[in-house]
Amino acid sequence: MPTLSIDGTEIEVAEGTTVLRACEQAGVEIPRFCFHERLSIAGNCRMCLVEQVGVPKPLASCAMPVTDGMQILTRSERVQAAREGVMEFLLVNHPLDCPICDQGGECDLQDQALYYGRVRSRYREAKRAVTDKDFGPLVKTVMTRCIHCTRCVRFMDEVAGVPELGTMGRGEDMEIVAALDGCLHSELSGNVVDLCPVGALTSKPYAFAARPWELSHTESVDVLDAAGSAIRIDSRDGRVLRVLPRVNEEINEEWIGDRSRYAVDGLVVRRLDRPWLREDGGFRPVTWEAALAAVATALQAAAPERTAALMGDLPGLEGMTALADLMRARGVASVDCRQDGGAYGPGVPASWRFNAGIAGIDRADAVLLIGTNPRREAPVINARFRRRWRTAGLPVARVGPVTDLTYPVTELGAAAQVLVELAEGSHPFADVLERARHPLIVVGSGALARPDGGVVLGLARRLADAVGVAGADWNGFSVLQRSAARAGGLELGIVPADGGLDAGGMLAAARAGGLDFAYLLGADEIDPDAFRDTFTVYQGHHADRGARYADVLLPGAAYTEQAATYVNTEGRPQQARPAHPPPGDARPDWKILVALARELGSPLPYESLDGLRSRIEAAVPHLAHIDQLPPVAPLAPFGDPDGVLDAAPFEEMVPDYYRTCPISRASATMAACARAVADA
Amino acid sequence: MTEPVRDADRVFHNLDGSGDGGLAGARRRGDWDDTRALILRGRDAIQGTVRESGLRGRGGAGFSTGLKWSFMPKEPAPERPHYLIVNADESEPGTCKDREILRHEPHKLIEGTLLAGVGIGAHTAYIYVRGEFEAERRCLEAALTDCYADGLLGPDACGSGYDFEVHVHRGAGAYICGEETGLIESLEGKKGFPRLKPPFPASAGLWGCPTTVNNVETIAVVPTILRRGAPWFGGIGRAQNTGTKLFCVSGHVERPGTVEAAMGIPLRELIEQHAGGVRGGWDNLLAVIPGGSSTKVLPAAACEDLRMDFDGLREAGSALGTAGVIVMDRSTDIVAAIARLSHFYWHESCGQCTPCREGTGWVSRIMDRFVAGAAAPSDLDTLEAICGQIEGHTICALGDAAAWPVQGLLAHFRDELERRVAGGRRPLAA
Repeated sequence: MPTLSIDGTEIEVAEGTTVLRACEQAGVEIPRFCFHERLSIAGNCRMCLVEQVGVPKPLASCAMPVTDGMQILTRSERVQAAREGVMEFLLVNHPLDCPICDQGGECDLQDQALYYGRVRSRYREAKRAVTDKDFGPLVKTVMTRCIHCTRCVRFMDEVAGVPELGTMGRGEDMEIVAALDGCLHSELSGNVVDLCPVGALTSKPYAFAARPWELSHTESVDVLDAAGSAIRIDSRDGRVLRVLPRVNEEINEEWIGDRSRYAVDGLVVRRLDRPWLREDGGFRPVTWEAALAAVATALQAAAPERTAALMGDLPGLEGMTALADLMRARGVASVDCRQDGGAYGPGVPASWRFNAGIAGIDRADAVLLIGTNPRREAPVINARFRRRWRTAGLPVARVGPVTDLTYPVTELGAAAQVLVELAEGSHPFADVLERARHPLIVVGSGALARPDGGVVLGLARRLADAVGVAGADWNGFSVLQRSAARAGGLELGIVPADGGLDAGGMLAAARAGGLDFAYLLGADEIDPDAFRDTFTVYQGHHADRGARYADVLLPGAAYTEQAATYVNTEGRPQQARPAHPPPGDARPDWKILVALARELGSPLPYESLDGLRSRIEAAVPHLAHIDQLPPVAPLAPFGDPDGVLDAAPFEEMVPDYYRTCPISRASATMAACARAVADA
Repeated sequence: MTEPVRDADRVFHNLDGSGDGGLAGARRRGDWDDTRALILRGRDAIQGTVRESGLRGRGGAGFSTGLKWSFMPKEPAPERPHYLIVNADESEPGTCKDREILRHEPHKLIEGTLLAGVGIGAHTAYIYVRGEFEAERRCLEAALTDCYADGLLGPDACGSGYDFEVHVHRGAGAYICGEETGLIESLEGKKGFPRLKPPFPASAGLWGCPTTVNNVETIAVVPTILRRGAPWFGGIGRAQNTGTKLFCVSGHVERPGTVEAAMGIPLRELIEQHAGGVRGGWDNLLAVIPGGSSTKVLPAAACEDLRMDFDGLREAGSALGTAGVIVMDRSTDIVAAIARLSHFYWHESCGQCTPCREGTGWVSRIMDRFVAGAAAPSDLDTLEAICGQIEGHTICALGDAAAWPVQGLLAHFRDELERRVAGGRRPLAA
């Protein structure tokens, strides 16, 4: 381990550490623009120059490996002069118009100019002007501000795996360009906005919406896919203006998908902000009292066996628990959280969790994807697969339709039949999995939502046994969920009791006139026509599909408006926090149900969020361990490996990445993205 | 006073193209004479002879060639073959020596490539030819074809049992691709952006494999050094500055051209004996750029006893560079001359790193103001400061190369610059 001195302080660092990292470890801050710890080293901005005693030229600390006995000075006059020189060069062709720049107030260049900038410019020549580029509906360009750090280029090449950005031209005329105008064909493209150290790439939907110091920051989790990425919600005056990623090394590192970042403009349109009652084929706004009374009357009139409750993709644990408790207290057996009809081993957590953990991908050495497209179902997880391939050549095979995952994939075809060959060991990729130390089998939740989902699950389970995916420190059998609510509902055991109907059964019964009462808690990814003749209550934040034949609409809160717990695909509980109260008369989901129970005359055993959370903890203790992975779930038997597989091939479960839920369907930005991708 | 180089001590006998540049002519001049025996001396012996000869790289930096070769791994790993790259991207303004070798002495280069390849354990060499050198490329490729046909290259080169392939790659006309790592990037099919060092090419060069990049002239003298021995080469010139050297004399001389002379030849002798003297006589000399456009200009007063070798020019505050001697007589507008070079470096900056990308254009624009007589007094200080901010702060040496000509001008012709201020109009912004 080499030892060096930084400004006179000795520090020992690991072999191969760069001078910049060593300085960070010593607590010395080094200014930088091009360097980013999750991207390759470019060394082009020259802002990180430091002095090495006895070396005539200053060093670019980001790129220079530490050698034993180095003496580094970071505060010498030479260093200050070098950085001031670089800063002057960066500013000569950079517009000095921070007041009209959208990056103002959160700009690395602006910040560093305070330390290294001259008071007056010596530059009296004409400034460079660069034509703006069309990066699509999400990324706004003001290319004259570009300082050519190439972070965006490197991100697209390395992390996103969509090498659509590059540099053209030479010297002063060098420009960042996109291969294609109209959009960046990556689900992670919005991250280049965060990476851009200046105002060259900014958020188009958020353009000139606010200054950073006007915003309230709320640390929360994303619910628009099942990864549970850490986010920061920036809001002002009761409105979410933008969502940014937070660092969570175990999940999203510091990226988020474009839907998670940009769908939030959908939070202010098509909202349910007051209760409504259906009357004469239309809706009439009513008070909460009238709405709850109407629900209670219908519920009391319905026989429990002709009553059903279905949970959608977005509710948190609290809302689902309250609804399930309310229904079960009335003897209703038909309660289901699996809106898509996914087949999971009842009571076997290993059958619905991403058991390997998202960070476990970094250890995987062979992957089989079954009926899943991680690029669209969870882009940040896909970025890990890609990195693992880049750094360790991870072999990936897939059963499912062919799509570009940004890394090479061995295609085993879209027909499910190949699972039998794999499970029997007669397929060559079974050997690859068997030889791997950390084999990973990823089953898409879509694959389990097929009519033969139980067979798919069973065969995947049999394959897992055959190749030994579960070892002492490793369980590679992993289900990739698509919706934020699903894993939580399953952990809570929100599945039909004996004799109850599951989601498919509910829809069939409703169509056949076999249901008197249905309660849809944000259930939108279903055929709402089924409930045409059933008294249906829709509780949710958007008047989306589930509201079509509803008789009562109860306005709930969206994920940015209520405190709620979500369990991600790993089974990790995390808390979403409200950035502002819900709009109008809308209320947090659990409060609505507590009020309904009171109206019914059989109050729930809790009246507060704490009480409700205690009830959840009592039922499933590990759900109280926020942010922590659940205890390892044993690979108990589940699935039906000897059933009959469908002839139908696996299909793309997310045909439109940008519109998958009520919020993203309401978002004009997401619609623009879908159009741009379709046009390109 | 150095001894003038005897004709018998010249390496290049067909530099002017008066003889046959083809294989038969080359053989008559001694090329390819029992090359097999030279190859069979083996890697260590070849490296040792070159090191002992004191040969320093002829591409500009003057780094010891033998030492450079010794940085290559001792044992090539099978999955990481060694590569030799010959830098024939001769683009330094004022330099035209490699061009003559490619045209008239290609066999010296090819034989040298083979032997240098043995010297570093490479079985593949790339000759990266400047894009504009179309005629030169044809000469080189014709010579290569002859060599392959004659069994001098390819499997079992010269019957030595050593396999050796030589590929010619053409540049696309960028000065920066003459920088060794920019060249490697370009050869890999990428934009010619110089790489960060370390790692140096000897550890991770072409395709990430150990690579040595040498100038054409450096490689072309290797066969002769091996044949005549290190003491012969080392006996020419003076210590640390040995051997003969090609000098490209251009500008205001009677007979511009490329000549071979001993290292350390006095500038005056070089100009008067080999280039017909300064136009209008020695006293008409204004200044000399001694080593190609990037080296600092020297005023006539400094040229009187100037020794044309690495150390002599370093002591004089300039550099031997590529030995592209640009002679300027008193008719020259020295400010305009240097401004033209500033424009060149602005145009050729690759744009990768900040100081060069932003600084070269700034320097060039200020220089243009001096040429036009429109400079402000503060421009002098600004110019000096900017050059200092570029020099030594960039990824590659192009930044230095852009700063040095202006720094030389400021050091020796500051009065001329000041006159442009006094006589000029002040720009509106001042």
